[in-house]
Amino acid sequence: MTRVLDVENLRVSFPDTGKNRVYPVDGVSLSLDRGETLALVGESGCGKSLTSLALLRLVPSPGRIEEGSAIRLGGTDVLALQGEALRKIRGRRIGMIFQDPMTSLNPVFTVGNQIAEGVRAHFDVSKSEAWQRALKLLEEVGIPDPAARLDSYPHQLSGGMRQRVMIAIALSAEPEILVADEPTTALDVTVQAQILEVLDRLRDSHGMAVLLITHDLGIVAGRADRVAVMYAGQIVEEAPTDRLFARPSHPYTQGLFASVPRITGPVGRLSPIGGSVPPPGAWPGGCRFRPRCPQAFEKSETMPPLLPVETDHRMRCWLAENGADASD
Amino acid sequence: MTAWLARRITQAVVTFGVAVALMFVLMRLAPGDPLSRMQEDRMMDPAEIAKTRAIFKLDQPIHRQFAAFVKGVLRGDLGLSIEHGLPVNTLLASRIGPTLLLGGATILLNFTLGLWLGVRQAVRRGSREDRTLTALSLAGYATPSFWLGLVLAWLVGIKLHWLPVAGMQSPLLAPDAPWLARAADIGAHLVLPALTLSIVTIAGTMRYQRAALLEVLRLPYIGTARAKGIPERAVIWRHAWRNALFPVITLFGLWLPLLVTGAVFVEMVFAWPGLGSLAAGAALGRDYPLVMGTALLAAGLVVTASLLTDVAYALLDPRVRYT
Repeated sequence: MTRVLDVENLRVSFPDTGKNRVYPVDGVSLSLDRGETLALVGESGCGKSLTSLALLRLVPSPGRIEEGSAIRLGGTDVLALQGEALRKIRGRRIGMIFQDPMTSLNPVFTVGNQIAEGVRAHFDVSKSEAWQRALKLLEEVGIPDPAARLDSYPHQLSGGMRQRVMIAIALSAEPEILVADEPTTALDVTVQAQILEVLDRLRDSHGMAVLLITHDLGIVAGRADRVAVMYAGQIVEEAPTDRLFARPSHPYTQGLFASVPRITGPVGRLSPIGGSVPPPGAWPGGCRFRPRCPQAFEKSETMPPLLPVETDHRMRCWLAENGADASD
Repeated sequence: MTAWLARRITQAVVTFGVAVALMFVLMRLAPGDPLSRMQEDRMMDPAEIAKTRAIFKLDQPIHRQFAAFVKGVLRGDLGLSIEHGLPVNTLLASRIGPTLLLGGATILLNFTLGLWLGVRQAVRRGSREDRTLTALSLAGYATPSFWLGLVLAWLVGIKLHWLPVAGMQSPLLAPDAPWLARAADIGAHLVLPALTLSIVTIAGTMRYQRAALLEVLRLPYIGTARAKGIPERAVIWRHAWRNALFPVITLFGLWLPLLVTGAVFVEMVFAWPGLGSLAAGAALGRDYPLVMGTALLAAGLVVTASLLTDVAYALLDPRVRYT
């Protein structure tokens, strides 16, 4: 396995009141191997989108990536890049798909124009060659009558078609990593399935690694190789997908599963997790899930590190120390 | 597109007609008429006044006057100025050139330099440069144009002798001088009035452009553009500015009519032979034909400007439908 992405101790901060800073992303470490799919799962406001933006140094001002963070793309130290060198990794090494296809395409340029622009940003090709590649990309993402669609404006396409165009843009410079930030959240359920199918197919045919960011455990199963669950700026549990689904161990992960409706098993009420993710700056000391956790105990008042549950399976909870996870 | 344009033009013509008719009626509803003033000033005898009234058809009912006016307009004849004793056409023709030159230079300056500065401010939001430019442009905006004009005329013209401060052409320049020399002369005369007008108005363009661009820079498609790896210059000017142009086009449409009547003070300070001072004098003296002539021009510009704005939107924004 070739490691294509390594993130270590990523911290992103924003100014708060006065001279204080808050850390919506607070010490995230993750890695991606070639061809692998990692799902980053969490509720709104947990820092998962900001983590993905940080990979391309697109954290919006006045936010900044803190000293001591490390992001490596193969042998490239992303945090040391400046200007042109930084531009060259955007799109070329990592392609990005954003959440809302309605607002993620520029309304005044044609679809072909916006895809060809990505091609020409990284390859020294003529306009017509770039246009040819754009056509091929539209075919690949499964847009009917692609030649005619090149001249369409975004407002002439449906949400699903627009998201396909976004995928084509993300693939325009043939990146080795694709970051998909809630790629289906804004779409109808039937369209969601189609978009995910396109993503799966392209990941396999292009041999890309995928970082799939979602709040929806339903789309993770059968798609991701590994899952990292994020809560309040930190990764709280990480495991291969089948193991996580078989044995969700962190109380937060268990809460997430308990709030997903199931077809099998006894009929009963869904049990949502009480409360909501506190905003950065209002995080409690110790374990950040403590105020919402049904199993919190004295030790939760100190922050737990990521502790092993079983092989390749770790969680940020003191319960792991007992050799027993929270479900016992 | 053609049908849309035809409909839009018809609409413009109707608007124009209504505006001119309103001006005509309102002017006559105001107390006094052009000759009542002459009565005070020159003690003309009543018989003579009555005769003059008849010449200018002021003794007729308003609908007759309007019919005569419309007939004249359709023939291209705007009548005789009561104050100047010259055809309104001749008066307007002699003044419109200088006015368009001054207004055009001001708008050109505002919509090139002003837009560029506004974009810089938005991109460097909150920086020292942004704050300094805001302060300077607002200070300019708050300055009365006649005062600034006088100060600039005194400083640059009288003290430093750098530039001429009155009129549009040097009286010493031979009328058969080569065109380049004459153009340079007019250009030198243009600098101070255009600069004055620009300084007191450019804040509008800058703030509009700054706000519009900031609005666009927050949008997700700017993130898409950056994530594609195109140069930041292209992100700003191609992706963001292109979309931040629409509010500015509206502003441009609103400003265009000010070309004709907006520069009264500045024209007076710099003795610029433009329409502004002519229109102001005509309104004070109730010179009906001349007032209607300038009103016609102003209404024409307003309607044309809004038509141009709509066409510009239609051409630049693919989402605008021609319905």
